[in-house]
Amino acid sequence: MGIALHAIEGRSPGYWGLLGALGALTALGLAGAWYMEHHGHVVTGMTNQIVWGVPHVFAVFLIVAASGALNVASIASVFGRTFYKPLAPLSGLLAIALLAGGLMVLVLDLGRADRLVVAMTHFNFKSIFAWNIFLYTGFFALVAVYLWAMLERRMNRYAAAVGFGAFVWRLVLTTGTGSIFGFLVARAAYDSALLAPLFIALSFSYGLAAFLIVLLAAYGWTGRELGAAVLARLKNLQIVFVAAALYFVAVYHLTNLYLAKQGAYVRFILVDGGVYPLAFWGGQVLLGSLVPMALLAHPRLGATRGAIAVAATLVVLGGLAQMFVTIVGGQAFPLELFPGFAESSTFFDGEAHRYVPSAPELALGVAGIAVAGILVALAVKLVAFLPARLGDPLADSA
Amino acid sequence: MKPVDPTRRQFLAAAGGAVSILTLAPGVLLLAPAHGRAPDQPVTGKVRWGLLIDTTKCAAGCADCVAACNRENGLSGGTRPTDPQWIRKVELKDRRPGRQASLPMMCQHCAQPPCVDVCPTGASFKRADGIVLVDKHICIGCRYCMMACPYKARSLVHEPVTGQSPDVPRGKGTVESCTFCVQRVDRGETPACVEACAAARHGAMVFGDLNDPASEIARRLAAYPSTRVRADLALDPGVRYQGI
Amino acid sequence: MAGRAVFAGLIFATALGAGWALAQERTAAAGRVPKPALAQAKGDKCVDPTDFMRRNHMQVLLHHRDRTMHEGIRTPQHSLKGCVECHAGPQSGTVVGGSDDFCQSCHAYAAVSIDCFECHAARPRQARAGARKP
Ligand code: SF4
Repeated sequence: MGIALHAIEGRSPGYWGLLGALGALTALGLAGAWYMEHHGHVVTGMTNQIVWGVPHVFAVFLIVAASGALNVASIASVFGRTFYKPLAPLSGLLAIALLAGGLMVLVLDLGRADRLVVAMTHFNFKSIFAWNIFLYTGFFALVAVYLWAMLERRMNRYAAAVGFGAFVWRLVLTTGTGSIFGFLVARAAYDSALLAPLFIALSFSYGLAAFLIVLLAAYGWTGRELGAAVLARLKNLQIVFVAAALYFVAVYHLTNLYLAKQGAYVRFILVDGGVYPLAFWGGQVLLGSLVPMALLAHPRLGATRGAIAVAATLVVLGGLAQMFVTIVGGQAFPLELFPGFAESSTFFDGEAHRYVPSAPELALGVAGIAVAGILVALAVKLVAFLPARLGDPLADSA
Repeated sequence: MKPVDPTRRQFLAAAGGAVSILTLAPGVLLLAPAHGRAPDQPVTGKVRWGLLIDTTKCAAGCADCVAACNRENGLSGGTRPTDPQWIRKVELKDRRPGRQASLPMMCQHCAQPPCVDVCPTGASFKRADGIVLVDKHICIGCRYCMMACPYKARSLVHEPVTGQSPDVPRGKGTVESCTFCVQRVDRGETPACVEACAAARHGAMVFGDLNDPASEIARRLAAYPSTRVRADLALDPGVRYQGI
Repeated sequence: MAGRAVFAGLIFATALGAGWALAQERTAAAGRVPKPALAQAKGDKCVDPTDFMRRNHMQVLLHHRDRTMHEGIRTPQHSLKGCVECHAGPQSGTVVGGSDDFCQSCHAYAAVSIDCFECHAARPRQARAGARKP
């Protein structure tokens, strides 16, 4: 490797300010989690109808993004594109950080978060959730070894092999995450084999967006050199990923449209479900996909860092909107027990379920992102993850 | 309560010491379970408990079963979106001719329960006699079973609980649902809802052993057509409906 | 069976607590830690010797819990409900809540938290008329 990696200095007021802000967000989220734990889920917006709320929106988003964040590394070592090689360690680091943030949110939202040890000692191997526990811990381990192989000179020759393992693992992991929903055959929203590939497409897009944000921030704030060609390639990749994700979303809804029994659900999500169609069309499609694609593809704007940063941020926000539509919207649509009958009951059968998130659960969700940010910020200070300069000639010759 | 053979009671009291004298009193029926299982013998798959609901006898607006369930299991009876409901009355109206029906909906005690498949810890389980339960000692409150249940039968306990029944432990942060009143079934009684429905002379519910061809439920199922809710999912529910 | 591994952890914690309690015994003798003041139980003896129960009630309860939960065995011996029926304080009517209540006083002394009564009733069922006397 012809490019030296260096830890950042991490002594500027800006750096401490960033850490302080992220730390404050984390503290708020932990306080929210403690409050939920103490009083029970009655202090959230979640109910017996909407059982997974905003914490799952953030957690699933982060977990999906985590596997996608590894892409840059995979492209470098699996597909042998040396161009991306200097960026690979940062990509692995980000993957670990995002996964840690997501899992923290998931765990703290449990009804009995104090029983984490039960989750680690009792397994029902028929449960996709239980497999995911292994997929997540395995991912941590594999990426850690992968990072070691990339950063330690004597281990370099194993990097490609471990990188390949991590790449396969991440595909399985995202399939597992998508299947958490895909296996819920009883619900109109999730009864689709398309969810697993859809989640993989989403992970590519979310992961790269998160990577771009971190990359631009790290290089912009430390004043290191970042070549235009590096960015150009990454942003083109981002356009492709967003388009692919959009394609899968379109296929998912179109196949649903084709099935008569799914018609009511599709109408709900796309037309008359209130906040969900809004989040879908406005958040996911317009702000989260079309606007960023246009920004990135624009011949003049697309070359500016500001536009790339805005586009990547929009992809992240669109991703959160998408998770909201998929997770909360999917539950808001009532289960149909007796097709052909109008149903009503004290348990809200037959009606769309309401959900208004409360402050503690929102704080917990945001804390997942903050924790990921803290991990990255600390790691790049303590360990040499970032190339000191990433000018174009160097990146090209690497 | 059924009379109990005094000699047997004394025998058990002697064998079990002071504690059995005291605890036996409320639970004397332990000694004479209707299904013939000795109190110290585990449940077996020879029995499969089932419930048949005749919707033609179930009146709209009647909620005797719901009230009995709440009383037996110590539920508040509240109907906020966060309140647990183990059994609820669902009112149906056919969209075309407008025919109406009313029926109780609860855990259907599936032979292939999705809540058991998805539970990461194995807390959601099916007893050998077909009763689907949550072992709250190992439930982590992930609510995946609530996502998986097609019948919306499960509730999360959203708040701290006090004043539980000694037979029905319940607590914040764990998931629960209809147990077929397992504590009653184990003493040879029928679920509280069934008893209440019979006591009010509606007779819309029949509880019994689906595996026993001589039981009333098996005979009625053999003689008349019945419906499984969400039969398309092929979960083989233990609760069946007639008249819809 | 379910619960075993977690329970190993619990036992470990309990052992730590017990060790701590023993270490405190001397100071307790000097009166710094109040000795558990156990309310009188009903009946004249426990289902097992007191020494055994003192050390092993948690395993015994755990074993019975799994048998009740999964196998429907509700024999009174070793059931938590049975414990509560005998040991609820004559005045307070419960096993936790006050410093003399049976479970609480000892657990406070040994510094081991009890999780049982968040879900389980700490009071016996109200005596139904005529149902109590054999
Ligand atoms: S909420 Fe409890 S019973 Fe339901 S799936 Fe999760 S751990 Fe299992």
